[in-house]
Amino acid sequence: MEKYAIEMLNITKRFPGIIANDNITLQLKKGEIHALLGENGAGKSTLMSVLFGLYQPEEGVIKKDGEVVKINDPNDANRLGIGMVHQHFKLVECFSVLDNIILGVEPNTAGFLQKSEAKKKVLELSEKYGLQVDPDAIIEDITVGMQQRTEILKMLYRENEILIFDEPTAVLTPQEIEELMQIMKGLAKEGKSILFISHKLNEIMEVADRCSVLRKGKYIGTVEIASTTKEELSRMMVGRDVEFVVAKDPAKPTDVVLDIEGMTVASKMHHNNAVKGVSLKVRRGEIVCIAGIDGNGQTEFVYGITGLEPLKAGKIEFLGKDITKAPIRKRNVMGMSHIPEDRHKHGLVLDYTLENNLVLQRYFEPEFTNKAGFLKKGNIRKYAEKLIDQYDVRSGQGPITPARAMSGGNQQKAIVAREIDKSPELLIAVQPTRGLDVGAIEYIHKQIVKHRDAGNAVLLVSLELEEVMSLSDRILVMYEGEIVGELDPKTTTVEELGLYMAGAKRQS
Amino acid sequence: MKEKRSLLRNSGFQTFSTSILCILLGMFVGYLALLIIEPSGAWGAIVAVIKNFFKYPTGAARLKYFGSTLAKTAPLIFCSLSILFAYKVGLFNIGAAGQYCLGVALALYLAIVLQLPWWVCLLAGIAAGAISGAICGLLKAYFNVNVVISGIMLNWISLYGTNLLLKPAMDPSGKDTFRLVNKAKQALLPTLGMDKLFNNNQYVTIAIPLAIIVAIVIWIILDKTKLGYELKATGNNLHAAKYCGMKENRNIILTMVIAGGLAAMGGALYYLSDFEQWNVNSSAVPGMGFNGIAAAFLGGLSPIGSIFSSYFITHITIGGGNVDLSHYCAQIADFISAVIIYLCGFVLFFKTIMNKWLNKSEEKKIARARAAAEDTNKEGGNA
Repeated sequence: MEKYAIEMLNITKRFPGIIANDNITLQLKKGEIHALLGENGAGKSTLMSVLFGLYQPEEGVIKKDGEVVKINDPNDANRLGIGMVHQHFKLVECFSVLDNIILGVEPNTAGFLQKSEAKKKVLELSEKYGLQVDPDAIIEDITVGMQQRTEILKMLYRENEILIFDEPTAVLTPQEIEELMQIMKGLAKEGKSILFISHKLNEIMEVADRCSVLRKGKYIGTVEIASTTKEELSRMMVGRDVEFVVAKDPAKPTDVVLDIEGMTVASKMHHNNAVKGVSLKVRRGEIVCIAGIDGNGQTEFVYGITGLEPLKAGKIEFLGKDITKAPIRKRNVMGMSHIPEDRHKHGLVLDYTLENNLVLQRYFEPEFTNKAGFLKKGNIRKYAEKLIDQYDVRSGQGPITPARAMSGGNQQKAIVAREIDKSPELLIAVQPTRGLDVGAIEYIHKQIVKHRDAGNAVLLVSLELEEVMSLSDRILVMYEGEIVGELDPKTTTVEELGLYMAGAKRQS
Repeated sequence: MKEKRSLLRNSGFQTFSTSILCILLGMFVGYLALLIIEPSGAWGAIVAVIKNFFKYPTGAARLKYFGSTLAKTAPLIFCSLSILFAYKVGLFNIGAAGQYCLGVALALYLAIVLQLPWWVCLLAGIAAGAISGAICGLLKAYFNVNVVISGIMLNWISLYGTNLLLKPAMDPSGKDTFRLVNKAKQALLPTLGMDKLFNNNQYVTIAIPLAIIVAIVIWIILDKTKLGYELKATGNNLHAAKYCGMKENRNIILTMVIAGGLAAMGGALYYLSDFEQWNVNSSAVPGMGFNGIAAAFLGGLSPIGSIFSSYFITHITIGGGNVDLSHYCAQIADFISAVIIYLCGFVLFFKTIMNKWLNKSEEKKIARARAAAEDTNKEGGNA
């Protein structure tokens, strides 16, 4: 009989109206890398929450080293040596990186913190695994990428036996992913057991020993990676064949829509400029992609174009007009749409209903507000129903659902619907498919291509390499606030792109 | 998919029922407190609080004192509107008390010292409160100073400023300002004959219908207009408001201007009705601004609800004055109404509990239904 580090046998967890986990079995061998594959909403997160004692399953047992254990809360899980990098970070926003790493296991003498020792250990770990962090930086000031690295370090610091990585590679470059894969393999060799949650088939194929697949709360099966293929896995995950490459015709760029010259934007986190003298042009009928690792100035670059941050230097021309100092509303009305990076921060008023969110960019138009300043609620409802229908936005109560009560994917669909339906001449899409499942990604990509084909310009900012390669017509790589290279997705490779993203290569 | 939702899920109904629950609980706790202090008079005291003007034997007297209760309700409605308006935009206008003072100060100064007509006094009072609100708003918008901090500071500045300004309007025979009826008849609010309806209660003035009209206007602004949409969006998510091109700083300042104006309007109208005179030595910020918080929450943060909650709070406060003082000390009236008002703040708390309970029972129902379905399946399989 094989030795299992942890076993979850016949787990069933129900929520009102839905069975999140329906008789799921997951067996993690000692020293293996086991991938858990499934679309959003397949039940991966619920299963992990059960493992961490956040939920109690209605049926099924959990065994550690062959013995039944009862996990009542995350403390129990910690005692069993289970550590996890969550998909949604569990960090204290106003604490430093170091404070977060030692949180709960603070080294102390008679109640006084001994931080210097901890810091040394963290720096060692961070160097050893190439996880760059500034231990003294405050979480709310650092990028999403660095926050995730903090999460990984948190687990390494605790020297956990069973390591769960919940989609850890989303924000890394190919080289870094490669490194992480090596780390994971190394850890497995040392006898640690790794559960690798992902929907990136390439990574699973490369690193995992076995893979368990979930679909819509059901257990589909476990396969040996050595004897399976990517296509097989995706069929298991989605239940049908999936197009990996976005079908699109070659771009036919025409006149310039956006012309940026020497744009410089100050950084909020450090004294350097986040964007340093960037110049670029975006034309009608093309999708230009800004690729790069998270935190290389893409966020500030978009803020500068959309007007959320003032420029320190440089000039922006939009449709032939200088909009360098124009207010946000003017840019929006002129035909600029912005699918923001952070849908909760910028994209939605979470306490507003879906219909009120759908008119967020248009509520002031005569169609929705009369001359006396009263809202035309009937028109808003009709418009919302149209968008909901057209873009297949699903929610519990239709137009009157509070945005907060909607799933992340449908919130994103609502934003995409709102921004594309304005038929903007320039669509700025930042991470438009972040956290979405394969079906929704396919859909949003199609919408973006359709928008391009209608003769509009699209500026895409993405950290997902697959998205960058398959969707864009032209790739500009941003590294430390500068454009370091322009690549053609048809002729370049992921590896080459990665070299630019990591700053190892640049075009002069 | 449209589901039929139970009445218990209706937000309006929830607010109403939890408000009633709070009131009952408040009265119960108040009664308990009275029992502890002095059991023999407790029932009489709590009845006096609830009865208020009903203690008078004749209908005419009841009507007159009903009028007085209404006259005192009007400023509270304004204060609660001020609180809830700012609250909807994500700002906590604790400065309502100070803005109320400033409304009183300007109104009475213009009335008594400058002998100006009532409407000029009223407008000046509103302007004073609006400016005070604007200061908080500007500090919030451009320097990110918490409006609670700046509001509290301004409360004291406003209180002593009011005392200082109204020194020349003081009646030398006491510590209060002159009665308008003696010194500034031109500044008395018109009654439009409503005083006759309430058995010649001269304090029943246009302030009362104005309060109701303003409440309705605020409701319309918040619920039906573009301005309300913008303000609430700013309050709920400043970043999203900025993202979609709203002028978020302007919205914050405008909100505080309106909130300040509302509180000041309440103060000005109340003192221009001559119901009370300002004590120029007062060293405590008037409670009206703070009771406005309780009234706003008891009314479920709805402008219409705040009309009723303000009336209720005024009703029991005045009723508290009728408690038999042979059993209790003089502070008992304030104490008992304070206990009730305090528990009125628990509306949101009870709402949350109610929703939790509803979710639980729904979950159980679904589980039961599923179990039943599985059973029938099994039976079907066996057959």
